[in-house]
Amino acid sequence: MSLLQINNLNVRFGDAKAVPVVDGLDLSVEKGEVLAIVGESGSGKSVTMMALMGLIDAPGIVTADSMTFDGSDMLKLSARQRRNVVGKDLAMVFQDPMTALNPSYTVGFQIEEVLRQHLGLRGKAARLRALELLKKVEIPAAESRLDAYPHQLSGGMSQRVAIAMAIAGEPKLLIADEPTTALDVTIQAQIMELLLNLQQERDMALILITHDLAVVAETARRVCVMYAGQAVEIGQVPELFEVPAHPYSEALLAAIPEHSEGAARLATLPGIVPGRYDRPQGCLLSPRCPYVQDNCRQQRPSLDRQAHSLVRCFYPLNQEVA
Amino acid sequence: MTDPITKSASAMPPSAVDQSLLYPSPYSEFWQAFARNKGAFAGLLFMCLIVFCALFAPWVAPHTPSEQYRDFLLTPPVWLEGGTWQFILGTDELGRDLLSRLIHGSRLSLLIGLSSVVMSLIPGVLLGLLAGFFPRLLGPSIMRLMDVMLALPSLLLAVAIVAILGPGLINTVIAIAIVSLPSYVRLTRAAVMGELNRDYVTAARLAGASLPRLMFITVLPNCMAPLIVQATLSFSSAILDAAALGFLGLGVQPPTPEWGTMLASARDYIERAWWVVSLPGLTILLSVLAINLMGDGLRDALDPKLKNAA
Amino acid sequence: MFSFIARRLGLLIPTFFGITLLTFALIRLIPGDPVEVMMGERRVDPEMHAQAMERLGLNKPLPVQYLDYITKLAQGDLGESLRTRESVWKEFLTLFPATLELALAALLFAGVFGLLAGVIAALKRGSLLDHGVMGISLTGYSMPIFWWGLILIMFFSVSLGWTPVSERISSLYDIEPITGFMLIDTLFSEEEGAFKDALMHLILPAIVLGTIPLAVIARMTRSSMLEVLREDYIRTARAKGLSPGRVVFVHGLRNALIPVLTVFGLQVGTLLGGAVLTETIFSWPGIGKWLIEAIGARDYPVVQNGILLIACLVILVNFVVDILYGLVNPRIRHQR
Repeated sequence: MSLLQINNLNVRFGDAKAVPVVDGLDLSVEKGEVLAIVGESGSGKSVTMMALMGLIDAPGIVTADSMTFDGSDMLKLSARQRRNVVGKDLAMVFQDPMTALNPSYTVGFQIEEVLRQHLGLRGKAARLRALELLKKVEIPAAESRLDAYPHQLSGGMSQRVAIAMAIAGEPKLLIADEPTTALDVTIQAQIMELLLNLQQERDMALILITHDLAVVAETARRVCVMYAGQAVEIGQVPELFEVPAHPYSEALLAAIPEHSEGAARLATLPGIVPGRYDRPQGCLLSPRCPYVQDNCRQQRPSLDRQAHSLVRCFYPLNQEVA
Repeated sequence: MTDPITKSASAMPPSAVDQSLLYPSPYSEFWQAFARNKGAFAGLLFMCLIVFCALFAPWVAPHTPSEQYRDFLLTPPVWLEGGTWQFILGTDELGRDLLSRLIHGSRLSLLIGLSSVVMSLIPGVLLGLLAGFFPRLLGPSIMRLMDVMLALPSLLLAVAIVAILGPGLINTVIAIAIVSLPSYVRLTRAAVMGELNRDYVTAARLAGASLPRLMFITVLPNCMAPLIVQATLSFSSAILDAAALGFLGLGVQPPTPEWGTMLASARDYIERAWWVVSLPGLTILLSVLAINLMGDGLRDALDPKLKNAA
Repeated sequence: MFSFIARRLGLLIPTFFGITLLTFALIRLIPGDPVEVMMGERRVDPEMHAQAMERLGLNKPLPVQYLDYITKLAQGDLGESLRTRESVWKEFLTLFPATLELALAALLFAGVFGLLAGVIAALKRGSLLDHGVMGISLTGYSMPIFWWGLILIMFFSVSLGWTPVSERISSLYDIEPITGFMLIDTLFSEEEGAFKDALMHLILPAIVLGTIPLAVIARMTRSSMLEVLREDYIRTARAKGLSPGRVVFVHGLRNALIPVLTVFGLQVGTLLGGAVLTETIFSWPGIGKWLIEAIGARDYPVVQNGILLIACLVILVNFVVDILYGLVNPRIRHQR
């Protein structure tokens, strides 16, 4: 049984008639696996994870056939039961470390808070454990950082603290929501390496939300490509990069600068992700798709098994290369 | 000129109409934002009523405010036992019609509010502009002076000023104007400092604009939004402070029908005639509330950024 | 932290001298002859007039007069009341605890209920409760408190007879002033029921004086809380699996308090101004009533130096609030 199994997840803001931000998403994560979720801004990547963590507030509405994590359906848990899972077995690291830490409390306090909440550690024991965690995330002079305030830390350092907070409860699944986007380029690689080391050392599953396909190629085993709230292609990493089946996956890959070497212009997909009011009737990509056919504009494709991957397209690409 | 634009606009699907063509003028946009705020609109209606009463007091009021009906001392309002339609809101301890006194009182309150706002707004903005444009020496000394004035509770400072100048209408206005000066200075200076770094000011400077032109034509119009809101708020606090001074016997002197002064003389009848105490105060409260509601609406409509602040 | 305090202290000095200049100018600005005004007589005997000028130091050049004034202040000499011949400082000291007790009670009332109302309104944003809280607080903010005091007296004292109308305690009790705080002194005294009596005397004035600060604090808390609840670190706190109470109060309110505290400090000035009115209505024997009576009696030394003392008090409180601000907000504390 998978560690995480999401079936038909829908997230809307407003009433039941509102256009879904996440639209019928199916997703699974195995124990100890690294799954990457890619897609442009507004494709519903972060919202999916927020829904899993129970962080969507009214007017947001979360529905799913099931959202099973570690044997229990997160949607059926009481708020109290869910809080026992969230922050402990299921933890998250956010995009901007400079705003993700509370400016009024020391680093030590914010880590110890998790230890007290989920592991019942107090006083000296909690402090020692917090120190260990800071060392674990490779913060230099960890002792003195325990009493530092967030504004005294650099961005990379803050993200390390945020990671320490997230792994404090020994999570089985860690969600990293664009953990390096807000950081300097030189720091990005360090943080990614830290996350992957932690993932392997603890055999925890890692969901990596990112724009950066180069990172995905190096780190993830499976990748889920999202577009306008839907998963459009889910496949294994080398195959999806070599023979993308969905036109959108292909376009994303073509937009990587390395792939356009020699070309006068970077390949781009014209147009933008459909918003609330201009959602097409048929395939959501149809207005932007270079391979669009008539029935693409009328009907929505479903996510089906194709040669290498699950694909949401009537005319998947690269099928002949078996 | 307009023809081709409308044509091309109608050719496009409705969602793609160029928004800038539909964009309302600043005034109608402001008015829409203001009128959508129900509280602000109610406040505006009430203020219109007060202004009407003030302008046409001699015609609106059923009696002369100072006429004493000796046979009708402390007559209750009409809906109470013993009340008469002759005096709708009852009479005071000297048999004067309460409604007429309240209506005439609105003239004083508005007069005091308006003149004290004008008297503090103009020098306040001037000082603020100077403080903003000369940040080396003049600015800090002006601000220090304002700090000193702010160190004194405004009502106390007003009381002290009236204590020196003596009570009366004009001195009340002067005292209130002085008291509300610092907030204009600070606000103008802060706004000016913010604008001075903008490129349009540099551009005007390079184009050789003179200092007065820079101050009044280039910068000042862009600082108006917070000043308008502040003017509204200090209008309401001027009415409150004037009434407080009247209540303490330091403001407008009886028998002038000023709302606060009326309350002061009504104090002794607190056990016998609730209306002489309640009604003037209620009038003050409602007027101040109406102005504050308008101020909130103005702030939201003029400066959406401030919407959640204070 | 020490350099932080020292910097703020340095800012106080020019403000203090500014205020002495203001109070110095106060008496010199009286239109007409100051001696005649103070004595309340038109024709004062020339010899007595000269004597009075001499005694008040009004016959010297202005800079010398100011220097004399500052020197006297430095020696702790605030002059004496024309009415009672008591030293102004001594009168201030005996009356000040009454005002302080009233102000503290009002602040307590305003702080507790203002924070509570603000937090609730923020959490239930857009609900009927939110609109109700905001409507009431705007009404409170617009309140002429001298009238509000009369209305409360009319209702609770005259109609219901629950609370007394004036003074700090009923005349049947003879309480020895130890701390000057009636609530504490009555606890020390043996007199039965004195504490309750003092408490009943305090409630209405405290509510009246606390009304405007309450409204301001509620509005400020709400908007500050709304802003804080949108912050990323609140999401982080929730992602830790903390209880909603802990998220709101430990992570939210702590940060929302920072701007509220500034407002709290500014309210002290409003409070002392309001004390003048409240004390007049409730015959509360504090410095507000003292000043108003002194103004009525043209007791200029009391007016002049009473105002000086109150101004110093306000600067002092604002200074303390500044320091507290640094304590609550680590970012300020560590600035250079």
